Amino acid sequence: MNFFLATLLTPLIGGVLLAMIRNPKLAAKLNVLTSCVTFTFSLLLAFTVLGKDSIHAMNDWFYLDAYNVFLVSLTAFVGMTTTIFSKPYMQHELEIGRVNERRIRLYHSMYQLFQFGMLLGFTTNNIGVLWVSLELATLATVLLVSLYRTPAAIAAAWKYFILCGMGIALALFGTILVFFTSSMVLGHGNEALTWSLLHANASDLDPAVMGIAFCFLMVGYGTKVGLVPMHAWLPDAHGEGPTPVSAVLSGLLLNLALYALVRFKMLVDGSTNTDMAGHIMMGFGMISLLVAAMSLHKQTDIKRMFSFSSIEHMALMTFAFGLGTPLAAFAALLHMTVHSLVKSGIFFTVGHAAQMMGTQKMSDIRGLIYHYPGIGWGLLIGTAAIAGFPPFGVFMSEFLLFTATIESYPWLAAPLLLGLLIGMAGLFRFVQPMVYGEPPEHAKDVRVNMIPVYVHFGLALLLGLAIPAFLSDWYHQAASLIVGGGA
Amino acid sequence: MSSMMAQQIIDGLAALTLLISFALLAQHRMLSVLHWFAAQGLLLAITAAVVAYSSGEHELYISAIMTLLLKGLLLPWMLWRVIRELHVHREVEPLLNSGVTMVIAVAVTLFSFHVIQPIQVTADLVTHNSMAIATACVLLSMLMMITRKKAITQVIGFLAVENSLFFAAIGATNGMPLVVEIGIAFDVLIAALIFGLFFFQIRDTFDSMEIDTMNASLVHKDDDE
Repeated sequence: MNFFLATLLTPLIGGVLLAMIRNPKLAAKLNVLTSCVTFTFSLLLAFTVLGKDSIHAMNDWFYLDAYNVFLVSLTAFVGMTTTIFSKPYMQHELEIGRVNERRIRLYHSMYQLFQFGMLLGFTTNNIGVLWVSLELATLATVLLVSLYRTPAAIAAAWKYFILCGMGIALALFGTILVFFTSSMVLGHGNEALTWSLLHANASDLDPAVMGIAFCFLMVGYGTKVGLVPMHAWLPDAHGEGPTPVSAVLSGLLLNLALYALVRFKMLVDGSTNTDMAGHIMMGFGMISLLVAAMSLHKQTDIKRMFSFSSIEHMALMTFAFGLGTPLAAFAALLHMTVHSLVKSGIFFTVGHAAQMMGTQKMSDIRGLIYHYPGIGWGLLIGTAAIAGFPPFGVFMSEFLLFTATIESYPWLAAPLLLGLLIGMAGLFRFVQPMVYGEPPEHAKDVRVNMIPVYVHFGLALLLGLAIPAFLSDWYHQAASLIVGGGA
Repeated sequence: MSSMMAQQIIDGLAALTLLISFALLAQHRMLSVLHWFAAQGLLLAITAAVVAYSSGEHELYISAIMTLLLKGLLLPWMLWRVIRELHVHREVEPLLNSGVTMVIAVAVTLFSFHVIQPIQVTADLVTHNSMAIATACVLLSMLMMITRKKAITQVIGFLAVENSLFFAAIGATNGMPLVVEIGIAFDVLIAALIFGLFFFQIRDTFDSMEIDTMNASLVHKDDDE
């Protein structure tokens, strides 16, 4: 159990320390160290939980099962590699004067605070604290999005703040509605917000109230997932913020919002005994998939283009969780893992590419593979992986999802495939000239650390070729937890 | 205090809260908006105290005091300081066709009562109407955010949404557990601080507090919509 506290507190302590360190180089090293320690503890924690069904810690305040402990490890892992990537990246930004030392300090401190919010959100057993931690993670990233202080960055951060603040307010309203009905069953206290107790007593909760609550929660947390039509903040925040922030927003924060949504779906399913929640999620997922895939074609900025791809993949997961069969849930969990790995890897590559070419405009980025083969190949491989080419993990999860769709709703397989194809075409349409083509004169050399990228893609490849037995058991366990919610 | 009387007082307070939401929507002077916002905070604190007294939930007194300090005094004072520093306190914000806005607001209120209908049947708490009124207030504050073009009034709309949510929590459920309540208050405070920071960044960068000016800087990239 001590592993649990250590996992949770390391980023918090690191964040406080980093707020006091003025030397940017030292701070960057400490940032990496903090994240490495967090990841080590999270692994130890994962293996503690692995043997058991679930663990309750500290008087039921925290709850760990197969579903969230795997997300904790994933968050800590991507958090760690992002700090390794961010070390040379932010150093370069400092050298070219886009940020000053004070903002670097803010950046490091907020980064760890964000990690703390994420881990708290994943592990808490209280749906009120879940809300608070998601808000905390949002607030920490708002300041990160506006880090460059350009007009566009400030406008993007404002949009992010207002839209997500609104969304999260609606989610709080949904949480209050859940509390409204659960306090009649479980008494007026913390028990009525404790997820594991709510889940055990789901059938006693008033279905009418839970139905209304889910609508608010869906729109609320759906805003943070980036589902259409609440997605307007996402491309701006990803496009204007520093690249390490885009990587963790895409790879991690969206996951937490979806995680929260699925937790509530499990409660609502248990209460209403209908597929209402699932159908709503499928609807949002399908529309978001199609809109994001088509919007992708109209982009000019490389980070905005990949953020639309993030919307597309979050939509796929939402759709898969909505389907609600064990196979679909398995596919969604696998997809969550590989998407986090591949997408953050792509953002790392894109960050370096944008620094080399001095721009994020896709029409000005050319000939990466000639200028710096590592980056060119990285972008090419990453795009192939995220577009769903075999043998990468994304292909595996998308194939499983496709199979699950054909099993339960065959007629939805057609729009699903269409969305995937349009998205894939969009990616390659832009990436191909960026990788090949003539490298521009002004391209410069920057310090590059491609190791995190290759590690991420390597893991995604491994998950596509052969999922290790323990991981697959884990997914099965988590999938049956999620699906078995109502039964 | 008998439960009947408590019920009537709470219903009265709920009606006043709804009225303030309408007032916020109709004001066009920056300072009047702020005054109504402060009044809403005070009203919330009173409601929390009344519910605490009638239900015997002593934790709610703490919530009431926190609300009074944070939403009744601190936030309005901070906003007032910001407005003065930015020299916008005399500013008049043109409303987009206030007649139409009011009609929409009435429709939104009716809609809220309709949505909450199935819940009221099952509710056995003292406050039947407050859930519907809280929903209406949330939606009205959102309407305020949509119709306003200035960053500061937008933030007041945002904080008014938080107020309405707090009203929902105390009116319909006798308050959330204290730990969650404190967490939410903490988040609101941090959010308000960040908003304050943003106001100055926006002014320094854009020379204006108009949302449209800000969004214009994103428009050249906004080919997706």
